[in-house]
Amino acid sequence: MDTNAVLDLMWVVIAGILVFFMQAGFTLVETGFTRSKNTGNIIMKNIMDFCIGSVVFWAIGYSLMYGDSISSFIGTPSWFFSKPNEMHNLFFQTVFAATAATIVSGAIAERTKFSTYLIFSLLMTLIIYPISGHWVWQSGGWLAKMGFTDFAGSSVVHSVGGWAALVAAIMVGPRIGKYTKGKSNAIPGHNLLIGSLGVFILWFGWFGFNGGSELAISGEHANNVADIIITTNLAGAAGALSAMFVTWIAYGRPDISMTLNGILAGLVAVTAGCAAVSPAGALAIGIIAGVVVVFSIDFIDKKLKIDDPVGAISVHGVSGALGTLLVGLFATDGGLFYGGGFHKLGIQAIGVFAIAAWAITISFIVLFILKKTMGLRVSKEEEVDGLDIHEHKANCFNE
Amino acid sequence: MKKIETIIRKSKFGEVKDALHQIEVNFFSYWDVTGVGNEKQGHVYRGVSYSTSDIQRRFLSIVVSDPFLEKTVAAIIETAHTGNVGDGKIFVSDVIESYRIRTGEKGADALK
Repeated sequence: MDTNAVLDLMWVVIAGILVFFMQAGFTLVETGFTRSKNTGNIIMKNIMDFCIGSVVFWAIGYSLMYGDSISSFIGTPSWFFSKPNEMHNLFFQTVFAATAATIVSGAIAERTKFSTYLIFSLLMTLIIYPISGHWVWQSGGWLAKMGFTDFAGSSVVHSVGGWAALVAAIMVGPRIGKYTKGKSNAIPGHNLLIGSLGVFILWFGWFGFNGGSELAISGEHANNVADIIITTNLAGAAGALSAMFVTWIAYGRPDISMTLNGILAGLVAVTAGCAAVSPAGALAIGIIAGVVVVFSIDFIDKKLKIDDPVGAISVHGVSGALGTLLVGLFATDGGLFYGGGFHKLGIQAIGVFAIAAWAITISFIVLFILKKTMGLRVSKEEEVDGLDIHEHKANCFNE
Repeated sequence: MKKIETIIRKSKFGEVKDALHQIEVNFFSYWDVTGVGNEKQGHVYRGVSYSTSDIQRRFLSIVVSDPFLEKTVAAIIETAHTGNVGDGKIFVSDVIESYRIRTGEKGADALK
């Protein structure tokens, strides 16, 4: 094996390990933004969606996503991936699939049945994620052929997770006490320190998420990776700044948890275009995402009355779609602001809507069946006492 | 003998404790409590304003012999005072008897 191939493989493996660690970030953000009585349940959901995803994606999911294309829609299924010299790709794609699955967890935290969540999570990595992923990331997919750009997965990973989260949050319904007399009530998270550590870990992992999506680091790829690291970092920083100033103006104080969401919104938004935009373009994308995420969270909470404790729908669904569209404006090659006209923007819009329609439709069908069979929610008593003591017969914090 | 129970701001606990030591009130018990009162605390969480009347305070239980009553109360009022709503309360009640477990002493002797 020549040195360049070894370097490339090593970078993909290391980046995959960074993305794996994002699971810890998701766990901490979700626990920090919710009440302590549900911490154990959130730990179990976040660990189990990764474990289920790891098995399912190896068993069949990877082939549905990257197998030879059938009508540009789905990969040729084959059991138990075992291609020689391809295991680093399997690993890198597995951690991505698990990221899409775990996004849903936060939006339906504190009231969803654990057993139902496990099944939904399985179907997420088995059907929902690989098929729309195939359209974009397998060169024979129909969106890939159109020239749709989603470099590291603003749409393929984050929007898919975010739209599934939207459907799930609507169908599960709000937490008890979230909306009374038509008014939204605050249910403060129990530990913003844990939440902020989670955001730092996600930010840390994102360098692997975006940088690793170059899938190589030898030769000219090295500078591409460095460029991606900078666009990623700038967008996260800009998202934090703009979200902080928006809340400072709108609420009179710089809101802590919204600023944390702003970081994630910037990171999600730049994920599609991290290899296609300039540093200034990344800064602009981050600023826009940080502003939009605050109003989106506000709108979904107060107007639509959809209870999303961590803001997953806005951070991943809305910011992911927004970031994918913004590639059509800021791509240095073909973007509207760089003299490329509307062609690229149009293709980006088709991709965003196709992926949203797919994720929303299939999630709805799956959740509708689960609702009629197993049920989506825990009982009122379980929800009030906390899921830890009923679902797991345990407390997370003991004397 | 009197029992003095007082609810004070946590931030004032250090000053109150020092003042009690100075007048030789050298032992008492305390614990942290949550209560409701006239003070309302405004919060904003993720853009939703809410106010809570759940206030965190420290509760002290002090048993003294009668000659110590007035100066103990005076020390607490002087040191726990800020002038803002929420400074707390003092309650005084009679204690029928006290014993020191180690020696079996009773009454005011048990409090020395």
